Amino acid sequence: MSRITQLFERLKAEGRTGMIAYLTAGDPSPDATPGLVAALERGGADLIELGVPFSDPIADGPVIQLAGDRAIKAGTTLKRVLQMAAEIRKTSQIPLLLFTYLNPALRYGFERLAADAMAAGIDGCLLTDVSVEEAGDYVSVMRAAGLDTVFLAAPTSTEARLALVAKYSSGFVYLVSRTGITGEQTSLSSSAMPLVERMRKHTSLPLAMGFGISTPAHVAELNGKVDAVVVGSAVVRQIERDPAGTEAFMRSLTEPLKGDIS
Amino acid sequence: MIATQPDAGGHFGPYGGRYVPEVLMSPLEELQRTYEEAKLDPEFHKELDHLLHTYAGRPTPLYYAKRLSQRLGGAKIYIKREDLLHTGAHKINNCLGQALLAIRMGKKRIIAETGAGQHGVATATVCALFGLDCTVYMGEEDMRRQSPNVFRMRLLGAKVVPVTSGSRTLKDAISEAMRDWVTNIEGTYYLLGSALGAHPYPAMVRDFHRVIGLEARAQILEAEGRLPDTVIACVGGGSNAIGIFHPFIADEGVGLVGVEAGGRSMELGQHAVRFAGGLPGVLQGTRSYLLQDEDGQIALTHSVSAGLDYASVGPEHALLHDIGRAEYTSCDDTHAIEAAVTLSREEGIIPALESAHAIAETIRRAPEHPGKIFIVNLSGRGDKDINIYRENLPELDRL
Repeated sequence: MSRITQLFERLKAEGRTGMIAYLTAGDPSPDATPGLVAALERGGADLIELGVPFSDPIADGPVIQLAGDRAIKAGTTLKRVLQMAAEIRKTSQIPLLLFTYLNPALRYGFERLAADAMAAGIDGCLLTDVSVEEAGDYVSVMRAAGLDTVFLAAPTSTEARLALVAKYSSGFVYLVSRTGITGEQTSLSSSAMPLVERMRKHTSLPLAMGFGISTPAHVAELNGKVDAVVVGSAVVRQIERDPAGTEAFMRSLTEPLKGDIS
Repeated sequence: MIATQPDAGGHFGPYGGRYVPEVLMSPLEELQRTYEEAKLDPEFHKELDHLLHTYAGRPTPLYYAKRLSQRLGGAKIYIKREDLLHTGAHKINNCLGQALLAIRMGKKRIIAETGAGQHGVATATVCALFGLDCTVYMGEEDMRRQSPNVFRMRLLGAKVVPVTSGSRTLKDAISEAMRDWVTNIEGTYYLLGSALGAHPYPAMVRDFHRVIGLEARAQILEAEGRLPDTVIACVGGGSNAIGIFHPFIADEGVGLVGVEAGGRSMELGQHAVRFAGGLPGVLQGTRSYLLQDEDGQIALTHSVSAGLDYASVGPEHALLHDIGRAEYTSCDDTHAIEAAVTLSREEGIIPALESAHAIAETIRRAPEHPGKIFIVNLSGRGDKDINIYRENLPELDRL
C-alpha cells in the first residue's frame, strides 16, 4: 500500500481532514527545500507536493510563477528535486507528490522518471497539463513502478470527464475549487461543494481540494467536507517573505482541522 | 495519400493533441462542437465568405513579380498578396471566422495574444466590427518593437495588456492569455492567432486560412495553366504557411518550403529554428517541435521579427516535416532585412519582416530553378516594421 493510501486510511480512522502543503522545490535554493519540508511537517502538514519549476507554467498565478523563476535561477532541475526528495526521505516518511508540467517529465523520460522517483522515495505524481485523454502511457509507466497518479477535476468538468479522472487517478483525486489559476482568494467559490458531491458519485478515492485556499477560515470551511485540503500559493508566499515562519504559518492553517478529533 | 485531417483527439501523427489543465478541457470540447456544427452550416460559410469579400478584401491578387524574377534569372516568382488584406496581413481571415464562432457561442468578451501585433490588430478590428469587448496580451519587448500596432489596437478600442514574464514575447503572451481564459471561462472566448495550441485550434485556424491556398491554386492554374513547382512561406506558429500549403498537400509535384527565423546565430537562444535546434515536446497545449534545454525548460528565442519569435511550431508542420512532405529551412535577421530592401526596390512592395524571411528564401532559390514556377506567400505588409527597418538601415536616413 502506498504511503499516500496509508495516510488517507489513517486520516479516516482518526476522523480528521488532512493538510496537503505545496511548495516550489528549490525556492529560494535547492539546499533550503528539505528544511522547509521538515518545517511544514512539524507545522502539521500530512502530505507534501514538491513543485518542480517549469519555465512556462500556464496553470499558475504570479506567486508560484515567480517562485519557479527563482528556483530555476538557483539551479533547480527535475533531477535535483529527486535528490531533495531522497534527502527528505532520510528523516521523514511524509508522503511526497511530485507536482509539475509534462515537458520536464517528457524530457527526463517516463521510464527513467518512474524508476528514479521510486528510488528517491517519491510516492506519486501530478502533471497539471496532462489531460486524461493523453494520459495512457504516462499512467501505465508510473503505476507499473508503484507510483500513484493524481489527476485534477474541475468545476467545469462534465460527468463523462469526472468518470475518466476517477479511472486514471490513484492515491487521491485533486479537486480544483474554482476556475482559475493558482493563487489566494478571499472566499471559497460556490462551485467547490457541488464538485465534491459530483466527484463522490464517481469514485471512492479520497478527495483533496485546492486552488485559492489561503486562510484558516478557508480551511475551517472545508473541514470535514473533503478528505484533505491543499494550500499552495499561501505557503509559497510565506516562504518568500519569511521562511523562518513557515512552521508557525502551517500550524495556523492546520489548527482548524484539529477540532474534529473527538 | 497523406491524411490532411487530425484524428478525433486533434493528433497529426504523434503531434498535436490537447495538453491543458482540466479546467480548460470542457471549454475546448464546447469550442470543438461549435466549430464542427458551424462547418456543416451553409449560413456560417455564407456569412464568412461575404465578410472576407466585402470587408477583408478577398480574393487577394496572385501577382507575377516580373522584375524580381528577371533580375534573379531563374524561376518565375508569383507573390500571393495577403499584405493587401484589411489590417495588412493574413490574420484577419482567422479572426473573422473565430469571431463568428464566438458570437454563435454567445461570448461577449474576446481575449487574444499577439507577437508582431498583426493578430492583435486583426482581433481588435473584428471586435470593433461586431461590438465585442477586446483584451490583447502582448509581451513588453514586442510592445516596444511593434509600437505602431499597439497604438492601432488602442485606437480600435482594445485593451492591450503588457506581459512582463519570461522573454516578454509571444510565448509569454500566450501563457498570460491562457491564464485569463482559465479564470474567466464564462463569457470569454480565446481567439488564438496561430495554428498552435490545444485541439481544435491548430485545425480550425488552418481551415480559416486555407482560403489563401485555395485562391492561389486556382489563380496559378488560370495564369499558367499548371500548378507551381514550389510554394514558400514563413513559419512562426505557422498559420500563413499551413493556410497556403494545405490545398497543395495532395499535389505531389508541388514542393512546400517553410522558412523559420534564423535570428542572430544557431546558438540556442539566438534563433527560432525549431526544426534544426528543437526536439518534440509539449508547450501551451500541443505536442510539437520545441526549443528547450536538457531539463525540458523552454528556451528563449530571438528573431528580428516578433511574429516568428516563438519556441514551438504548429503541430501539423511537425508532421509535414517528419514525413518529408514539406521542407523547412531558415533565414537569419540580416538576410531577411536585405530581402525586404530588394522586394521594396524591385517590385515596390515593402514586406512585413516575417514575410521577408520567405522572400529571402525565394531569392536564394530562384536562380537555381529556371523554368520553374514559385509562389511565395507575402503574409503581411511592412508598415508596422518601419522603425526596425530604420534602425537596421541608418544610411537611408542620412541621404
